[in-house]
Amino acid sequence: MTAPLPMLDLKGVRKSFGAIEALKGIDLSVARQELVFIIGPSGSGKSTLLRCCNRLEEPTAGQVLFDGVDILSPGIDINETRRHIGMVFQSFNLYPHLTALGNVTLALRRVLKLPRDDANERGRAALDEVGLAERAHAWPNELSGGQQQRVAIARALALEPKVMLFDEPTSALDPELVGSVLDVMRAMRESGMTMLVVSHEMGFAREAADRVLFMDEGEVVEEGAPARIFEAPAHARTREFLRRVTGH
Amino acid sequence: MNRIAENFFDLAVMAKYLPSIIDGVWVTIHLAVLIVLSGLALGFVLAVVRAFQIRPVNWLIVLVVDVFRALPPIVIMIVFYFALPFVGISMSGFVVAWLSLTLVLASFAEEIFWTGILSVDRGQWEAARSTGLGFLQTLRDVVLPQAVRLTIPPLTNRTIVITKSTAIASVVAVQEILTQASAAQAFSANTTPLTMAAIAYLIIFFPLVVLSRWVESRFGWKR
Ligand SMILES: Nc1ncnc2c1ncn2[C@@H]1O[C@H](COP(=O)(O)OP(=O)(O)O)[C@@H](O)[C@H]1O
Ligand SMILES: [Mg+2]
Repeated sequence: MTAPLPMLDLKGVRKSFGAIEALKGIDLSVARQELVFIIGPSGSGKSTLLRCCNRLEEPTAGQVLFDGVDILSPGIDINETRRHIGMVFQSFNLYPHLTALGNVTLALRRVLKLPRDDANERGRAALDEVGLAERAHAWPNELSGGQQQRVAIARALALEPKVMLFDEPTSALDPELVGSVLDVMRAMRESGMTMLVVSHEMGFAREAADRVLFMDEGEVVEEGAPARIFEAPAHARTREFLRRVTGH
Repeated sequence: MNRIAENFFDLAVMAKYLPSIIDGVWVTIHLAVLIVLSGLALGFVLAVVRAFQIRPVNWLIVLVVDVFRALPPIVIMIVFYFALPFVGISMSGFVVAWLSLTLVLASFAEEIFWTGILSVDRGQWEAARSTGLGFLQTLRDVVLPQAVRLTIPPLTNRTIVITKSTAIASVVAVQEILTQASAAQAFSANTTPLTMAAIAYLIIFFPLVVLSRWVESRFGWKR
């Protein structure tokens, strides 16, 4: 019996920006329905790693297999591939000239080529999933940070992706708004979404993650179950980092 | 007081030359409208082409645009009108005026549109591309609507400056307002036609200047 195909499989992924080596050979396999959590100090390469998974950055070397397909191979239709890989950014990146619904339906109409009515229906359903059905016609600047981030999540979810990449989704939020975004992520987790999450929300990691990776200086220093990483980190760098972020 | 009235507001002269000034007004408006349409369209296309970031193409665009922004429009017109015939290209004064000012407006407009495109946050591109939109779709549906909004105030101002300089077309014998007024002034030995020209320009451009103020308050940042 062969093991089931991982959803994402990174093999020896390297990325250099000129002289800076942001990723020094990353191997990472994310199983279907798994939630992998990535922690690490600023500049350790977490964002670059996520961005290599949908080729917002082109890896300098290595392989990125998505659902068994090498997305770095020259023949790949990257736009077709990307609609199956949702991404959520720290700064939301909502389109300020479109309403919440307009943000969610743009790709439905332009990429999936859905007629306006179908796109709107599916867009509303996605907004409903993040608890914002009644704000469909609000402009981004009329929404709180937490609401904006949930619209951004709905924008990705509407395309029915196979995997979701989160790059510090709550770091730009006021503390009292973090919970609403984590609730949405928790619900996605429960519905079986495969998720790769960069975040400093250690509480969420403990409760929801299958695995935690600690990255430093472009490498995965260690990985393991959340309890193991948080309570018994094997490496001095991990201990040092956890001491700094948890403040004791 | 009387001298001023005679020289600048002679009613008989006004009545006599009003038809030719009005002819000039139509020529000026015709020329200005053509320049605005073709100049803005060409500037827009150049900025979009530049967004593809093809090195040699971009160098060429920047070079041409900078040349046309650096040269005084009157020099461009004179070169086109008096020098190009020597290499076998001869154009009517109207075409020369249209082409010269179109190229000047396109050059300024390209820079303004390009600045607008650059001012759209990189995160907008990334969000759109991450949902599977292609480069052109992202440019059209996400970046340009935001960029154009930012460019409307500077573009309006620049467009007024350049359409106003249709007055320069008098040097290449285009029968626009100033040309008509100068001829009338010579015939009548009276400067009243120049007053009429000034009034004609005010009637055309004053509303545009007022409009630009409104545009500025309407389209400045913030939605
Ligand atoms: N576009 C870029 N150009 C140059 N250097 C970059 C770029 N993006 C990231 N880097 C560098 O790569 C390293 C990793 O960055 P990043 O992946 O953003 O880290 P993290 O998300 O963990 O804070 C940093 O040293 C950063 O300065
Ligand atoms: Mg980062």
